[in-house]
Amino acid sequence: MPAGPLESAALSGVRPLRFSFASLLRNAFSAHTGWPEQWRSPEPKAAYDVIIVGAGGHGLATAYYLAAEHGITNVAVIERGWLGGGNTGRNTTIIRSNYLWEESEALYDHALDLWQDLSQVLNYNVMYSPRGVMMLAHTVHDVQVARRHVHANRLAGIQNEWLSPEEAKAFCPPLNISKDIRYPVMGAALQRKGGVARHDAVAWGYARAASALGVDIIQNCEVTAIRRGPDGAVTGIETTKGPIGAKKIGVVAAGHTSVVMGMAGVRMPLESYPLQALVSEPLKPVFPCVVMSNTIHAYISQSDKGDLVIGAGTDQYVSYSQTGGLHITTHTLDAICELFPMFRRVRMLRNWGGIVDVTPDRSPILAKTPVPGLFVNCGWGTGGFKATPGSGHVFAHTIARDAPHPKNAPFTLERFRDGRLIDEAAAAAVAH
Amino acid sequence: MLLITCPICGPRPEIEFRNMGEAHIARPTPEGTTDDDMAAFLYLRSNPKGLIAERWRHVHGCARFFNAVRHTVTDKFVTVYEVGAPKPDLAALAADLAAREAGR
Repeated sequence: MPAGPLESAALSGVRPLRFSFASLLRNAFSAHTGWPEQWRSPEPKAAYDVIIVGAGGHGLATAYYLAAEHGITNVAVIERGWLGGGNTGRNTTIIRSNYLWEESEALYDHALDLWQDLSQVLNYNVMYSPRGVMMLAHTVHDVQVARRHVHANRLAGIQNEWLSPEEAKAFCPPLNISKDIRYPVMGAALQRKGGVARHDAVAWGYARAASALGVDIIQNCEVTAIRRGPDGAVTGIETTKGPIGAKKIGVVAAGHTSVVMGMAGVRMPLESYPLQALVSEPLKPVFPCVVMSNTIHAYISQSDKGDLVIGAGTDQYVSYSQTGGLHITTHTLDAICELFPMFRRVRMLRNWGGIVDVTPDRSPILAKTPVPGLFVNCGWGTGGFKATPGSGHVFAHTIARDAPHPKNAPFTLERFRDGRLIDEAAAAAVAH
Repeated sequence: MLLITCPICGPRPEIEFRNMGEAHIARPTPEGTTDDDMAAFLYLRSNPKGLIAERWRHVHGCARFFNAVRHTVTDKFVTVYEVGAPKPDLAALAADLAAREAGR
């Protein structure tokens, strides 16, 4: 087997951090006190080749692929809070690629391909679990839209199939398919390769692998300004830990993209909304797959720990509050209790809101900007987690080569001026 | 849930209202309008982390449109005003708000 990036890193003298049966056994005998830290926490250097703003999943994945695939290891990931403490730690962990338009199908399916062996590549168990994602249809219109999706996906070579209510119930036995409920189930689209992964592990795995390749991850360091030279190109950033020089800057700041890009004088076609989610008390394994419904803003799965992870809708107004109104989650629970009556007496433990950056066409922006040396990866709206590996992979390509990867070439800023929108409003999980 | 003061009906719960996005976005005149101007009108929004002037509609009440200034971190309303009134000076309102916070 050829040496992967991590083996090469070990050979090049960066501290090896390999998980193996032998290392697990060795550390088991010392009560697991011998594990080193999983990534380095250095002070920032004076300058880097590339600075990534934002240590969420997408930012860390970008840094990892810059180092592993493009040999650019003089990279810093700058994070205002702590690693994975923003949307990566707040999402509902769902992975799928059954989007409608060819551009999105290619981008999200690229990510789905990378999910398959991500744990092996990173030598870190991200707990990817392809347990199937089922999207319910409750109205005639839903059925038409879902079947159109199934056909579009089939033509693009993406697995997605149509189920009758009885087949849906066979796949997910807790589902109530009675005709007499408020949101009767008229069928479902099922993507079997879809599923969930452990969101924290994705951030930690990418951080550990990037750090082993020489990437500096700098936490608790807020970017306060973007510096530009006389020719307009970026020269670095100002931070709460002092100025840091850089030839290229990639902004991957999710809900705060507008704020960071404003520092470089770039207005973005983005609005930021709270997206809410909640988890229940842990239960024994009772729920075999992921079920979601666009019409009634509900998606639900059971984590390996046992809690039900439930995604609700976005609030209706622009906000950075990271909380949101309780009536949004209540609406979701109404629907869930009707579709899955056995959850009526389950207690909810906590709810939270993440700030999502929404574009006018509900498709992301992964592109160069009018400012030389400044790149942006944003606009994932309510569904960025599923794209994490693919997003980082093509964005690293864009930064390293100064030109887009074929898969993110359509996702430009200019598409809003040129009218080449990728209108995925109907494919997003949350009607927004 | 927010309590929003409709200028016609008075304070009412948030679920009676629909947010209609940023206020004071004027359609460019046809003369000399570029594609960039149209894209800015259609798609670019200020999306501030701070005060925003926005349109609301009391859909489940009087159905009237009105404008409001709200803080996007606390979601608190600073002022409510009529459609057609000039855009308040957001910087001055923010300074006023900060002074009141400091005096507390």
